[in-house]
Amino acid sequence: MRTHHLTVMALLMVGFLAAPAYAKTAEYTLTIDRTPVNITGHEVKRVTVNGGIPAPTLRITEGDDVIIHVTNKMDEATSIHWHGLIIPGEMDGVPGFNGFGGIMPGETFTYRFKAKQTGTYWYHAHSMGQEQDGLYGSLIFAPKGKDPIQADRDYVVVLSDFSDEESDDIMGNLKMSSDYYATARRTVGDFFHDTKEQGFNKAWMTAKMWGKMRMAQTDLADVTGYTFLVNGKSPSQNWTGLFKQGERVRLRFINASAMSFFDVRIPDLKMSVVQSDGQNVEPVKVDEFRFAPAETYDVIVTPQEDKPYTIAAEPIDRTGFAIGTLATSEGQHGEIPAQRPRALLSMADMNMEQMMKDDPDMEMSPADMISGWAKTGTPEGQKALSYADLRYAGVQKDQRQPERTIDVRLGGNMERYIWTINGKKFSEAEPIRLKYGERVRLKFTNESMMAHPMHLHGMFVQLENGQPAAKFPNKHTVIVPPGQSYSVLLTADEVGEWAFHCHLLYHMMSGMMTKVVVAKLDAADVPATASKGGHHAH
Amino acid sequence: MHIKTLMLASCVMLLSTPVLAADDMATGMTPEEIQHEHGGGIFHMYRSETDIGSSTYGNTIASWDVKGYIGTDENKVWLKTEGESKDSKLESAEFWALYSRNIAMFWDAQAGIRYDNKPTSTTYLTLGFNGLTPYYFDTEVHLFISNKGDVSARLREENDFLLTQKLILQPYLEFNIFAQEVLEQDVGRGLADAKIGLQTRYEFTRKFAPYVDVHYGRKFGGTSSIAKSNGEDNDELVGSVGLRLMF
Repeated sequence: MRTHHLTVMALLMVGFLAAPAYAKTAEYTLTIDRTPVNITGHEVKRVTVNGGIPAPTLRITEGDDVIIHVTNKMDEATSIHWHGLIIPGEMDGVPGFNGFGGIMPGETFTYRFKAKQTGTYWYHAHSMGQEQDGLYGSLIFAPKGKDPIQADRDYVVVLSDFSDEESDDIMGNLKMSSDYYATARRTVGDFFHDTKEQGFNKAWMTAKMWGKMRMAQTDLADVTGYTFLVNGKSPSQNWTGLFKQGERVRLRFINASAMSFFDVRIPDLKMSVVQSDGQNVEPVKVDEFRFAPAETYDVIVTPQEDKPYTIAAEPIDRTGFAIGTLATSEGQHGEIPAQRPRALLSMADMNMEQMMKDDPDMEMSPADMISGWAKTGTPEGQKALSYADLRYAGVQKDQRQPERTIDVRLGGNMERYIWTINGKKFSEAEPIRLKYGERVRLKFTNESMMAHPMHLHGMFVQLENGQPAAKFPNKHTVIVPPGQSYSVLLTADEVGEWAFHCHLLYHMMSGMMTKVVVAKLDAADVPATASKGGHHAH
Repeated sequence: MHIKTLMLASCVMLLSTPVLAADDMATGMTPEEIQHEHGGGIFHMYRSETDIGSSTYGNTIASWDVKGYIGTDENKVWLKTEGESKDSKLESAEFWALYSRNIAMFWDAQAGIRYDNKPTSTTYLTLGFNGLTPYYFDTEVHLFISNKGDVSARLREENDFLLTQKLILQPYLEFNIFAQEVLEQDVGRGLADAKIGLQTRYEFTRKFAPYVDVHYGRKFGGTSSIAKSNGEDNDELVGSVGLRLMF
């Protein structure tokens, strides 16, 4: 009789514990190793996942129990961060955060989390420069039911910047000489050219001002020498996505590069932007968009003609293209557009407050007030996407006004290649502490002359982009242009320690990172609205 | 049968336990290692320039200048050696070891030792600054107190002008000033000597750049008189070819 009871209890326990097993499980095994790859015509050893670059695309359905075994076969520590996912902190994959210590050589770490989201995301290493060296891949979360974005074809387009140098060497070279990779510095000839165009006085004043500030007008990208890839393929290898005329083709653009902002266009095709950073937005028709490392955009295109269409992604320092093709059969090449002119930074790209302190008598002409960084070279009559166009496809749950503003000053010492948040490197910084459930504004002020794509782990921020609060778009990565301020809202509804950093890899590695801690204090402190989210595993 | 059920139950329990466990931390990275990856790292830079040429008086002049550091953004050890030989005879040889501390955006304060074995074997306590002034003047300014108590100072400036991305003109200046005469080194009080030069280099890569150098050096005041009374020239124009390496 007693044993019978035990059996019943055991069976009940089995039933109870095994219940989640009836939910679909998405299980993957990823093996990280340094293996030879040949992308640019000669063999180099790079970080590969299951033998390849990029890492495999992981396809998961909303509601799945996700189990990912990650084995480290390298002789250095590694990690994988699931970029843009709302998951428990200990599964977020940042060494030193939430008790995660990295995946040591020879170890296997198993990530387990519930797929709560839908959309296009990606994953990458959060250890040293392994992301540059090849550890990046895409994560596609399909909705459980019908996808509101309907398409006949669905392609992932992972853009990246591949270097023949290893990331450690690139970091070392930047520290050795911060303009190590600068290949378009102003020359004596440029000065004479300016003299001719603008007159001696203006040319002299401009050169004088930049020299006085010890800044370079040409500083659009810190690292050059890259080959730009589409899904791991160089322009000559020409990644191709097939279509039949009139089909709706969904392209999931992921900027998985370490350092490169891209201007993306498909000449002769309008793109309808339907998703940004994995979050659906109301469709916006554009001819091109600029996106930073870590951002993603999903677009729908409907090619009507039987001809190859070139996907052309041009880095903002105009040092090449990432090229892919949409075609009706393999082996077709479209026309590669001409490289657009490289922009020069202007006074508008400087932080005004900083500049006035430095030189209150600065004379500025109207031309000086146009940002050089923002000059995309978009032809007349064509539309480039702007953050202001993004409208969340649903209705934002939390539309509260922020209770407080947290200043996030982005600064740096370009000369010595030190990058900081609020004047401090990660190695020196105190965390930003948030109360669970609190609504805050993060006010970015870029005091440097480079754009910084700022990424917060664990939670989405909403851009204050001029749309009504219900329509503020969710983002995991936000470009803060040089010299500018930009603010976003955040509901601190995920407990944990979250990395908050610039997604330019070498900026992060040289200090531009901090920690955001969301802690539950008193139950009474938790505002009622915040607990409606319902996706907390506590 | 019952035992099997229990075993199955325990297996399921074990499997459903989250994998994250304390031992993941035990073997994980230390906080120091993590900080090292985000701004706490140790880096180095060394620049070596060696050249050989001749003066307008027909002397063969060879010189070397190797300097650089290892350390963090804030704290570095600077090591430096430079010297010159005239007609295969060593005229000067300096060896420096400095602690260098970042004190402002573009500036380091430095303190340490300089040891010369030519022209005389002398040890100096060295204090100074190294940095970048507005308009990109790379500046080194140092004060020396010798083991005999003599005080002197040196100022160096250099700047780069790009003719192209690879062909670079680098004018430079150097002044040596003494607070008293130091007879055993043949120098008088005040401005002892100055040098103005122009290096034209071609950077095949940032790390490998051959150059042509032309400089004019001149002695002043007491130092000039001492040179004259020794039957030496008080100025010289030198042209040389050399190689600049960065590593």
